[in-house]
Amino acid sequence: MTMATESVTLEGHIIDSLILAKVLDTILQMGGTFDMKEMKVGATREDSSLTKIKVQANSPQLLDEILQAIQPHGAVVDQIADCTIAPAPKEGVLPDSFYATSHLPTQVRVKDQWLDVEAIEMDLAIRISGDPPKAHTVPMAEVKTGDMIVTGRSGVRVFPLERPKERDVFAFMEAQVSSERPHQHIITDVAKRMRMIRDNRHKALTQGEAACDPELGTKVLLVGGPAIVHAGGRDALSWLIDEGFIHLLFCGNALAAHDMEASMYGTSLGYGLCAGRTVPHGHEHHLRTINMVRSAGSIKHAVESGLIKNGIMASCIHQNVDMVLAGSIRDDGPLPDVITDSVQAQGAMRAALPGVGLAIMIATTLHAIATGNCLPAKVPTVCVDINPAVPTKLSDRGSFQAVGLVMDSSSFLRQLAQELSWHG
Amino acid sequence: MANKMGRILVCPPDYFGIEYEINPWMRVSDATDPDTSKAQWHNLARVLEENVGVKLERMTPIKGLPDLVFTANAGVLHDGKAVISRFRHPERQGEEKHFERWFREHGYQVILLNRDCYFEGAGDLLGFPDTWFGGYRQRSDIKSYNALGDIYGKEILPLELVSEQFYHLDTCFCPLSGGELLYYPEAFDNYAQTTIAHRVEEHRRLVVPQAEAERFACNAICVDRHVVLPSGCPETMAMLQDRGYTPHPIDLDQFLKSGGSAKCLTLALD
Repeated sequence: MTMATESVTLEGHIIDSLILAKVLDTILQMGGTFDMKEMKVGATREDSSLTKIKVQANSPQLLDEILQAIQPHGAVVDQIADCTIAPAPKEGVLPDSFYATSHLPTQVRVKDQWLDVEAIEMDLAIRISGDPPKAHTVPMAEVKTGDMIVTGRSGVRVFPLERPKERDVFAFMEAQVSSERPHQHIITDVAKRMRMIRDNRHKALTQGEAACDPELGTKVLLVGGPAIVHAGGRDALSWLIDEGFIHLLFCGNALAAHDMEASMYGTSLGYGLCAGRTVPHGHEHHLRTINMVRSAGSIKHAVESGLIKNGIMASCIHQNVDMVLAGSIRDDGPLPDVITDSVQAQGAMRAALPGVGLAIMIATTLHAIATGNCLPAKVPTVCVDINPAVPTKLSDRGSFQAVGLVMDSSSFLRQLAQELSWHG
Repeated sequence: MANKMGRILVCPPDYFGIEYEINPWMRVSDATDPDTSKAQWHNLARVLEENVGVKLERMTPIKGLPDLVFTANAGVLHDGKAVISRFRHPERQGEEKHFERWFREHGYQVILLNRDCYFEGAGDLLGFPDTWFGGYRQRSDIKSYNALGDIYGKEILPLELVSEQFYHLDTCFCPLSGGELLYYPEAFDNYAQTTIAHRVEEHRRLVVPQAEAERFACNAICVDRHVVLPSGCPETMAMLQDRGYTPHPIDLDQFLKSGGSAKCLTLALD
């Protein structure tokens, strides 16, 4: 929930009369807080003083009550214009001066009221609709002719991120990436958060949404690349899924194909996972796997028919983990579940994101950045890659909240699972 | 301001009465007696002219404006500039144009405040030569004092009035010519009480007891060492005498029924 804030001006002989003290005391006594943004003190007794005060409260109702209480003492709410809006000129086209979002909490002013922009993510537009009006982000490709889109910058305000309540590694929100920093405390904090989210999800499922902490989230998202399978992190990840620690998986064709190849042939891209050497005709294994899954119709059918017996995909199907498989141009097959239209894939990812309280990105550049683009800044994010360029790039593309971890995907997953009491 | 009364504006009570209720003192059912009201008013005028020695300027009463007698609410005057009141209650807004005309006809520079800001004249703005005080929250808006401070180049310290009974500053706060202050602290919030204590030394603050405050002891007219106040306020009179003032008690009960007394019936002209 974004703090409700309003800027007020207080002017006159406000110091010796204790009017300023009274206004500030009133704000605090009613449960609000304030920031003095400006203070001009009159040079002589005859000169009046002026101050601008940002009043904050944790709900719009409380803010209204505070403003009503301080207005009789001369506090004047600064007049702020509504945001400007213009109709979208045609399908998939925004008005020229559309406001482009960041992934930080954002509000727009409509009919003298500040509205939270729902489903905030970076690089989208803001659509105003309904009565009472609501503000919602909209991707360029989904805009309809005549949609009312926020333009310019007036009547729009963006809030810096509040630190999460938990005093863990995510509270620092710094994306310093180094292979020379210790990992263990980060992994411990990730594990702790996963436990909390699993408990929170359990509460939501058994006692209803009202019983859970909405700030914490009810889903852990894992975004993964095929190196998880090549490097040997498959068992640990399958265990995490089986134990209910992962609730949403974003990946491409490759992770799913090599995971199922491992189930069917014991290889990953033709390498024997146990023996560690190429096996005869191993390079065909993933193609044959894909072909058989295509024949089965879907990964779900392949698992349920017993074609795929174990691994990440099997665990996801058994645990009802939502999966979004986004295609890319070099995909073999692809698998029948892969969404090859990238705008559709983006939409499917976006639709699955509400409720995500932790995003773990492992060994994938493109999927990590694509997901980072769709995530609000408030979602704690950890990006694990053996190549420091990946977490750095994620951060440079705007996901500054992501904690970077330079390490092998398998080592990470195994340590993480062990923190959560895996004995594999 | 209040303590330099060479001339005083008054309005005879020809049409005075209780025709509406805009403060807790007023009860339409508790009618005033016209003859008694007139007798009390003329007695006040006589004392002011004969005992205190001021010159009275009499406005022409207007039928249908029963509170025009309370000339303290005409506006505020200083340095030849008259700022006309903007009454909060529609019942009294009809008085504004008559006060405005009187000031224009008598050579004052008339200044009008914005319509969105209530200000009830010398009923709410009082003070000592250096510092003025403005009562707010009941009738006048605090914002009016920003404009007035600019117009007159004066420091005006707003004081919050917290009791509906003491709805104008002049019902509970009376600066005296010697620098003392006659006042009733309970009519103010704690911040205002502290502000008053900062600006008026303790030995100059004369606190009126509740019973006499409720008889409007503070609604007094101070000219030099004379103080004209409602009768029935013996402790207040004793305090004034002790400080070397000559009190002139006057029975103004008919006007108290309307929520006014001596000071409300007068406006110092300069």
